Amino acid sequence: MIKQYETVFIATPVLSDIQMKEAVAKYTKLITDNGGEIVYEEDWGLKQLAYPIQHKTSGFYYLIEFKADPQFVGTLETQYHRDERILRYLTVSLDKNAIAYAEHRRQTRAAKAAAAAAPQVEEAPKAEAEEADNE
Amino acid sequence: MANNNEIRYLNPPTVEVRKKKYCRFKKAGIKYVDYKDAEFLKKFLNEQGKILPRRITGTSLKFQRKVAQAVKRARSLALLPYVTDLLK
Repeated sequence: MIKQYETVFIATPVLSDIQMKEAVAKYTKLITDNGGEIVYEEDWGLKQLAYPIQHKTSGFYYLIEFKADPQFVGTLETQYHRDERILRYLTVSLDKNAIAYAEHRRQTRAAKAAAAAAPQVEEAPKAEAEEADNE
Repeated sequence: MANNNEIRYLNPPTVEVRKKKYCRFKKAGIKYVDYKDAEFLKKFLNEQGKILPRRITGTSLKFQRKVAQAVKRARSLALLPYVTDLLK
Protein backbone atom coordinates (compact mmCIF):
# COMPACT_ATOMS: atom_id res chain seq x y z
CA MET A 1 0.00 0.00 0.00
CA ILE A 2 1.31 3.42 -0.92
CA LYS A 3 0.42 6.53 1.03
CA GLN A 4 1.41 10.13 0.57
CA TYR A 5 3.48 11.79 3.26
CA GLU A 6 5.03 15.12 3.95
CA THR A 7 8.15 15.51 6.02
CA VAL A 8 9.83 18.65 7.34
CA PHE A 9 13.19 18.63 9.03
CA ILE A 10 15.27 21.33 10.66
CA ALA A 11 19.03 21.07 10.17
CA THR A 12 21.59 22.88 12.31
CA PRO A 13 22.53 26.38 11.15
CA VAL A 14 26.27 25.56 11.33
CA LEU A 15 26.08 23.56 8.09
CA SER A 16 27.46 25.09 4.92
CA ASP A 17 25.42 25.12 1.73
CA ILE A 18 27.20 22.05 0.42
CA GLN A 19 26.70 20.12 3.65
CA MET A 20 23.02 21.05 3.59
CA LYS A 21 22.73 19.79 0.01
CA GLU A 22 24.40 16.56 1.09
CA ALA A 23 21.92 16.10 3.90
CA VAL A 24 19.01 16.70 1.54
CA ALA A 25 20.48 14.33 -1.03
CA LYS A 26 20.87 11.67 1.65
CA TYR A 27 17.18 11.74 2.56
CA THR A 28 15.88 12.03 -0.99
CA LYS A 29 18.06 9.06 -1.88
CA LEU A 30 16.80 7.15 1.14
CA ILE A 31 13.24 7.72 0.00
CA THR A 32 13.80 6.72 -3.62
CA ASP A 33 15.97 3.71 -2.66
CA ASN A 34 13.19 2.31 -0.52
CA GLY A 35 10.66 2.35 -3.30
CA GLY A 36 9.32 5.80 -2.55
CA GLU A 37 8.57 8.53 -5.01
CA ILE A 38 9.33 12.20 -4.42
CA VAL A 39 6.43 14.42 -5.30
CA TYR A 40 7.74 17.81 -4.28
CA GLU A 41 10.64 19.46 -2.49
CA GLU A 42 10.85 22.87 -0.96
CA ASP A 43 13.73 24.70 0.66
CA TRP A 44 12.61 27.23 3.26
CA GLY A 45 16.18 28.34 3.91
CA LEU A 46 17.51 29.61 7.20
CA LYS A 47 14.68 30.54 9.54
CA GLN A 48 14.50 31.83 13.08
CA LEU A 49 13.18 29.26 15.53
CA ALA A 50 10.33 30.27 17.81
CA TYR A 51 12.31 28.91 20.76
CA PRO A 52 15.89 27.62 21.10
CA ILE A 53 16.56 23.95 20.29
CA GLN A 54 19.93 22.57 21.42
CA HIS A 55 21.01 26.17 22.17
CA LYS A 56 20.42 27.17 18.56
CA THR A 57 18.12 29.98 17.58
CA SER A 58 17.87 29.32 13.84
CA GLY A 59 17.86 26.38 11.47
CA PHE A 60 17.56 25.26 7.87
CA TYR A 61 14.06 24.05 7.09
CA TYR A 62 13.45 21.59 4.31
CA LEU A 63 10.17 20.08 3.16
CA ILE A 64 9.80 16.87 1.16
CA GLU A 65 6.54 15.45 -0.08
CA PHE A 66 6.72 11.81 -1.05
CA LYS A 67 4.76 8.66 -1.70
CA ALA A 68 5.90 5.55 0.11
CA ASP A 69 4.91 2.45 1.99
CA PRO A 70 3.78 3.19 5.59
CA GLN A 71 6.50 0.93 6.94
CA PHE A 72 9.14 3.16 5.42
CA VAL A 73 8.25 6.09 7.71
CA GLY A 74 9.78 4.27 10.67
CA THR A 75 13.11 3.80 8.90
CA LEU A 76 13.13 7.43 7.78
CA GLU A 77 12.52 8.65 11.30
CA THR A 78 15.24 6.44 12.81
CA GLN A 79 17.63 7.91 10.25
CA TYR A 80 16.59 11.40 11.30
CA HIS A 81 17.00 10.47 14.93
CA ARG A 82 20.52 9.16 14.46
CA ASP A 83 21.61 12.15 12.43
CA GLU A 84 23.28 14.81 14.55
CA ARG A 85 22.69 17.47 11.90
CA ILE A 86 18.93 17.23 12.33
CA LEU A 87 17.46 19.27 15.16
CA ARG A 88 13.81 18.40 14.62
CA TYR A 89 11.67 16.47 12.18
CA LEU A 90 8.00 15.93 11.56
CA THR A 91 6.38 13.46 9.20
CA VAL A 92 2.65 13.57 8.57
CA SER A 93 0.48 11.50 6.29
CA LEU A 94 -1.69 13.47 3.90
CA ASP A 95 -5.38 12.72 3.45
CA LYS A 96 -7.29 13.70 0.32
CA ASN A 97 -8.00 17.24 1.50
CA ALA A 98 -4.37 17.72 2.44
CA ILE A 99 -3.21 16.49 -0.95
CA ALA A 100 -5.57 18.92 -2.66
CA TYR A 101 -4.31 21.71 -0.43
CA ALA A 102 -0.66 20.79 -1.10
CA GLU A 103 -1.30 20.83 -4.84
CA HIS A 104 -2.98 24.22 -4.65
CA ARG A 105 -0.15 25.60 -2.51
CA ARG A 106 2.43 24.31 -4.97
CA GLN A 107 0.68 25.98 -7.89
CA THR A 108 0.21 29.32 -6.17
CA ARG A 109 3.85 29.32 -5.08
CA ALA A 110 5.00 28.46 -8.59
CA ALA A 111 2.84 31.24 -10.03
CA LYS A 112 4.21 33.71 -7.48
CA ALA A 113 7.78 32.71 -8.23
CA ALA A 114 7.13 33.10 -11.96
CA ALA A 115 5.58 36.52 -11.42
CA ALA A 116 8.50 37.62 -9.26
CA ALA A 117 11.06 36.33 -11.74
CA ALA A 118 9.62 38.02 -14.80
CA PRO A 119 7.47 41.03 -13.87
CA GLN A 120 8.64 43.20 -16.74
CA VAL A 121 8.07 40.56 -19.37
CA GLU A 122 4.49 40.13 -18.21
CA GLU A 123 3.71 43.81 -18.12
CA ALA A 124 4.81 44.50 -21.67
CA PRO A 125 2.35 42.21 -23.48
CA LYS A 126 -0.47 43.44 -21.22
CA ALA A 127 0.15 47.05 -22.22
CA GLU A 128 0.10 46.01 -25.83
CA ALA A 129 -3.16 44.19 -25.33
CA GLU A 130 -4.71 47.33 -23.79
CA GLU A 131 -3.60 49.39 -26.73
CA ALA A 132 -5.11 46.89 -29.08
CA ASP A 133 -8.38 47.15 -27.16
CA ASN A 134 -8.39 50.93 -27.42
CA GLU A 135 -8.02 50.83 -31.15
CA MET B 1 -48.19 68.10 30.78
CA ALA B 2 -48.77 65.15 28.53
CA ASN B 3 -45.19 64.14 28.09
CA ASN B 4 -44.28 63.86 31.77
CA ASN B 5 -44.61 60.10 31.91
CA GLU B 6 -42.48 59.52 28.91
CA ILE B 7 -38.78 58.94 29.47
CA ARG B 8 -36.75 60.94 27.06
CA TYR B 9 -33.15 60.19 26.20
CA LEU B 10 -30.64 62.65 24.93
CA ASN B 11 -28.99 59.90 22.92
CA PRO B 12 -31.08 57.13 21.46
CA PRO B 13 -30.67 54.07 23.69
CA THR B 14 -28.37 51.55 22.07
CA VAL B 15 -29.80 48.10 21.88
CA GLU B 16 -26.98 45.59 21.74
CA VAL B 17 -27.29 43.50 18.66
CA ARG B 18 -24.67 40.81 18.94
CA LYS B 19 -23.18 39.69 15.68
CA LYS B 20 -23.59 35.99 15.26
CA LYS B 21 -20.31 34.11 15.35
CA TYR B 22 -19.50 31.82 12.51
CA CYS B 23 -16.97 29.20 11.65
CA ARG B 24 -14.53 30.79 9.26
CA PHE B 25 -13.55 27.43 7.80
CA LYS B 26 -17.09 26.49 6.89
CA LYS B 27 -17.78 29.95 5.53
CA ALA B 28 -14.64 30.06 3.39
CA GLY B 29 -14.80 26.39 2.41
CA ILE B 30 -11.38 25.55 3.83
CA LYS B 31 -10.98 21.83 4.28
CA TYR B 32 -7.43 21.45 5.51
CA VAL B 33 -5.70 23.44 8.23
CA ASP B 34 -2.06 23.84 7.34
CA TYR B 35 0.48 23.63 10.16
CA LYS B 36 3.10 25.34 7.98
CA ASP B 37 1.21 28.63 7.84
CA ALA B 38 2.13 30.08 11.24
CA GLU B 39 0.72 33.53 10.44
CA PHE B 40 -2.71 32.07 9.84
CA LEU B 41 -2.63 29.94 12.98
CA LYS B 42 -1.80 33.02 15.08
CA LYS B 43 -5.41 34.10 14.63
CA PHE B 44 -6.38 31.25 16.94
CA LEU B 45 -3.89 32.02 19.68
CA ASN B 46 -3.92 34.54 22.48
CA GLU B 47 -0.97 36.73 23.39
CA GLN B 48 0.66 34.01 25.42
CA GLY B 49 0.46 31.59 22.53
CA LYS B 50 -2.40 29.57 24.01
CA ILE B 51 -5.13 28.20 21.77
CA LEU B 52 -8.30 30.29 22.01
CA PRO B 53 -11.52 28.49 22.93
CA ARG B 54 -14.32 27.95 20.47
CA ARG B 55 -16.62 30.27 22.35
CA ILE B 56 -14.38 33.17 21.38
CA THR B 57 -13.36 32.29 17.84
CA GLY B 58 -16.67 30.69 16.82
CA THR B 59 -14.92 27.81 15.07
CA SER B 60 -16.96 24.64 14.68
CA LEU B 61 -15.92 21.60 16.70
CA LYS B 62 -14.69 19.73 13.64
CA PHE B 63 -12.28 22.50 12.72
CA GLN B 64 -11.33 23.38 16.27
CA ARG B 65 -9.83 19.91 16.53
CA LYS B 66 -7.95 20.43 13.29
CA VAL B 67 -6.73 23.85 14.37
CA ALA B 68 -5.50 22.38 17.66
CA GLN B 69 -3.68 19.61 15.80
CA ALA B 70 -2.08 22.09 13.40
CA VAL B 71 -1.00 24.44 16.19
CA LYS B 72 0.64 21.57 18.06
CA ARG B 73 2.49 20.45 14.94
CA ALA B 74 3.65 24.00 14.28
CA ARG B 75 4.88 24.26 17.87
CA SER B 76 6.96 21.11 17.62
CA LEU B 77 8.60 22.49 14.47
CA ALA B 78 9.41 25.76 16.26
CA LEU B 79 7.17 27.71 13.89
CA LEU B 80 5.09 28.78 16.88
CA PRO B 81 6.26 29.14 20.49
CA TYR B 82 4.97 26.93 23.28
CA VAL B 83 5.00 29.77 25.79
CA THR B 84 5.61 33.43 25.18
CA ASP B 85 4.57 36.95 26.03
CA LEU B 86 3.27 39.48 23.57
CA LEU B 87 2.78 37.27 20.57
CA LYS B 88 1.60 39.46 17.64
